[in-house]
Amino acid sequence: MNKPKLKKWQDPDEISKFPMGATCKSDNLTSINAGWRTFRPVIDQSKCINCLRCFLVCPDGVIDKSGSELEIDYDFCKGCGVCAFECKVKAITMKKESDFNG
Amino acid sequence: MVKKFICGDDAVAEGVRLARPHVISAYPITPQTVTVEKLSEFVEDGSLKAEYIHVESEHSALACAIGVSSVGARAFTATSSQGLLYMAENLPYASGARMPIVMMVANRSIALPWSIYGDQMDSMFLLNSGWIQVYVEDAQEALDMTIQAYKIAETREVMLPVMVNLDGFVLTHTYEVVEIPAQEMVDNFLPTIKMPDNSMSMEDPKSLCISAGNTTNLEFRIKQQIDTENSVSVIEKVDKEFGDMFGRYYGGMLEAYQCEDAEAVLVATGSITGTSRIVLDELRKEGKKVGLLKLRYLRPFPTAKLAEILENVKAVGVLDKSISFGYEGSIFTNVNSALLQSGIMPETVNFIGGLGGRDITKQNIREMFESLLASASGEKQQTLQYVNVRCKL
Repeated sequence: MNKPKLKKWQDPDEISKFPMGATCKSDNLTSINAGWRTFRPVIDQSKCINCLRCFLVCPDGVIDKSGSELEIDYDFCKGCGVCAFECKVKAITMKKESDFNG
Repeated sequence: MVKKFICGDDAVAEGVRLARPHVISAYPITPQTVTVEKLSEFVEDGSLKAEYIHVESEHSALACAIGVSSVGARAFTATSSQGLLYMAENLPYASGARMPIVMMVANRSIALPWSIYGDQMDSMFLLNSGWIQVYVEDAQEALDMTIQAYKIAETREVMLPVMVNLDGFVLTHTYEVVEIPAQEMVDNFLPTIKMPDNSMSMEDPKSLCISAGNTTNLEFRIKQQIDTENSVSVIEKVDKEFGDMFGRYYGGMLEAYQCEDAEAVLVATGSITGTSRIVLDELRKEGKKVGLLKLRYLRPFPTAKLAEILENVKAVGVLDKSISFGYEGSIFTNVNSALLQSGIMPETVNFIGGLGGRDITKQNIREMFESLLASASGEKQQTLQYVNVRCKL
């Protein structure tokens, strides 16, 4: 899965310009969503064998396999830890978010 | 045009067949059962070319209708009582997504104590669900409103689901002569649904049931409120168009009967208005200045029209077949608020009756009018009065 692209959203200035009903064009992601993450999964690329197990089990589809190495999209990863738990070669570890942001 | 001797449930089924929905998804519950059984037979014998989906619950019945509506097809479902409450989670999904689904609700009491008989506790529970709510008086109106409901719901400016309410047993299971309009005429009145802009399509993929947080949620709701309020003019227009074509006008939002010079007016909904008319005619013959206001729609609420009719009335009674425990009947609350907003201050009395199918007799209605006339002549009446009570309070 490739990283989703954010689309800029401009709040309509008139109520009539709001959509009728909570429906919009597909792939209309307007904001990042990862604020509640306490632990973040970190991939040790030297251990990763690219089996794609994490890619398959990630409930939010944030494992990006478009490059030569797997990459986690931290803009949308919720830190659930399923990937680290499921990794057979222990290439993913959960690290405290506070260690990254001070 | 054909005339048939049928019950209220049959009449709804006939109306649905004429409206040609693409899909019917429903779960049977007394006293709605006859309607969905009949529709199942219509699909079976080929007289209604629709997909009939047997679902495992009412929650699924409406979820299914939402799916149907989301691709721009015409959906019908029907339920009652506990079924409606079980379905409740999906009601604001349908209205928030602006899906023109039509649902028949056979008004029935809710548990506990358990009862299969009629009152309006079920639909009043869902007054805030965002659905347009119409209440019908007889089987003919049930058929006619099923057809009108689609026309109103599918109007571009409206795009809201409509709940057609009829009293359990008193209306669903009693037989009357009903005119069945010709299919060609109904087709003319109600053309095939046009794909609304928010429909799912292969060419223009969309996300359904999106989230809108604290930055835009309020505006979505305001838009829904504005459009629901504006549906009043569509409702009036559709009533006129229907009358012009089929010869039956219902008055749109409400019907005022003998209200012009009335000193005391009873506000009622549904089948009880039929009995009230008869009592009113008797009282008029006795020279009593009484009137009857049949509230047809509770959402949107006809604030302005109600006030216009009740402007010079001295006493207004509201008959509620439900109760909001700890307060009063909700129609009473709504009527009082509408009057106050319009600067009209008649004496108002709330009559609560018919719960769990308790009869409201002609004598009971006569007593309500008498209480209102006493109120109109300055004799203070109890604000909350129970109808046909069987023991001392």
